Amino acid sequence: MAFISASSPHQRTRRSSSQIMVWVMLCLIPGVALQSYFFGLTNIVQILLAGIVALSAEAAILKLRKRPIINTLKDGSALLTGILIAISIPPLAPWWVVVIGTLFAIIFVKQLYGGLGQNIFNPAMAAYVVLLISFPVQMTSWLPMLSLQPFELSILDQLNTVLTGHTLDGYSVAQMSISIDGLTMATPLDTLKNSLKSGFTTTEIFDSATYKASSSQAIMWVNLGFLFGGAILLAKRIILWMIPISFLAGMMLFSFIAFAYQPDLNGSPLFHLLSGATMLGAFFILTDPVSASTTVKGRLFYGFLIAFIVVLIRNIGGYPDAVAFAVLLGNMCVPLIDYYTQPKVYGGRT
Amino acid sequence: MKSETIQATDNSEAADVVPLTADENKAIYKELRWQGLWKNNPGIVQLLGLCPLLAVTNTVTNALGLAIATLFVLVASNTLISLIRHHVQKAIRIPIFVMIIASLVTCVQLLMNAYTYELYLSLGIFIPLIVTNCIIIGRAEAFASKNSVKHAAYDGLMMGLGFGGVLLLLGAIREVLAQGTLLDGIETMLGEWSSVLTITLYHTDTSFLLAALPPGAFIIMGIIIASKNAIDYHLENRAKKKLVSQAEQSIENKG
Repeated sequence: MAFISASSPHQRTRRSSSQIMVWVMLCLIPGVALQSYFFGLTNIVQILLAGIVALSAEAAILKLRKRPIINTLKDGSALLTGILIAISIPPLAPWWVVVIGTLFAIIFVKQLYGGLGQNIFNPAMAAYVVLLISFPVQMTSWLPMLSLQPFELSILDQLNTVLTGHTLDGYSVAQMSISIDGLTMATPLDTLKNSLKSGFTTTEIFDSATYKASSSQAIMWVNLGFLFGGAILLAKRIILWMIPISFLAGMMLFSFIAFAYQPDLNGSPLFHLLSGATMLGAFFILTDPVSASTTVKGRLFYGFLIAFIVVLIRNIGGYPDAVAFAVLLGNMCVPLIDYYTQPKVYGGRT
Repeated sequence: MKSETIQATDNSEAADVVPLTADENKAIYKELRWQGLWKNNPGIVQLLGLCPLLAVTNTVTNALGLAIATLFVLVASNTLISLIRHHVQKAIRIPIFVMIIASLVTCVQLLMNAYTYELYLSLGIFIPLIVTNCIIIGRAEAFASKNSVKHAAYDGLMMGLGFGGVLLLLGAIREVLAQGTLLDGIETMLGEWSSVLTITLYHTDTSFLLAALPPGAFIIMGIIIASKNAIDYHLENRAKKKLVSQAEQSIENKG
């Protein structure tokens, strides 16, 4: 019997991609569950739909490319891409939105570049941007949380909305988003952006009825859910700490600078941390091992850069949220970042 | 590379001095057709003039307008430049070519302004920009300045048709994806009667905006180039297989 003497570390877990993907999916559960609790169960429907489309699109392309199908599907990356798209779109968006997005992500962003490990852009976020640019109306109609809605929406109503665009009684999503007093209810970031444009200050906005009807609390809870899932991923060492921590630190720093400069026109750091896709982005999207930076310093810079772009677009740009755009811009910078942050070879000249 | 292949068959000095036989002439025209329409297509092989190609192909009408304008300028400039090719000092040929092209483009612009005003507005800056289209100066320099008038004009026509074909294909795909129509707004170009030509394939309240925007043009252009390469690859494979089977047969016959 041979004794293999190796230097430390002596114990390590080897994880295959499929195990990692399963862990990531499991850790999405708290956030998704809170989303369903506040906004209705249709996000589960969207996730199922996206998952099926993602797997079949991946299988079809793999067949065309004459690659092993079953083994590649088992790694779960296509499924995860589909799930992330389904989570980021409004739960009551029509079914074809998520189908087009997933097809685009798998076929154009992932497989045309060469499949898992070759894509330079994050497939889920590229698909999100395509959808947001192509179907702005469907992609921005987030309904207020169920308890704030003017009338009861049964699960059948919601299903019917996803399939046909109308509830069983014939109300469209646009009609549903108008409350009894005639206020249009949108997401907190939307409300902030629009009200700032009409000349209100942040303090007035946060006290206003429109903002209170914008399900800000629900979105905060969903963000906390993703933070919880992300913390498990960190504790399990599925993802490394550099990107999430530097991204969140960057969000705090840059939004604090903007907030300190003009508190009337910019949201507080806490508001930015717990609204929009901040937490989902920090732990589940930026950390995509394929399209993110791969060096220690590079990862820190990558998170910081994306945080800077997010705060910049949220505070100055035209779109209410910016994680998807920022991630794509960050992806573009990754080769440059990696080039300048290569670690020194041990023993090499400085 | 592209000009060399043609030059080999069509030397300017020789073409003018020694009259070509009918068969040689036919072969040259066939080669020019093949080069312009498929093998050396300015749109999808040389990738010249991408700026107007991607910018104005959001509808078939716009694409058709630009295709006709470019075709006209290309044929006329090739003809004129071939006519004066013996009288131009080599050192200053490029500025002279550019001046000829610019005058032709100005003619086109004024004509479109007079007769198809709405199309003129919707094409906008891309009509004067035909001057800077690399296809035109490229054909002038690489072909027209070295070949006889007839051949130069024919080359201009074929290159223009090849480019126009790509414009129309791209325009059609983008218009169908974005609006579900074909030839929408054709009456701005051909007059009132032609509005019957507009085909509506499907109605939608939510158009696929990406196809109408420049990124969509890039993606669809990529797909068109990929399919062209796939067809070439397929044809090449088939030719190879045919050769191999022929060779095998001849070996069997001998054996």
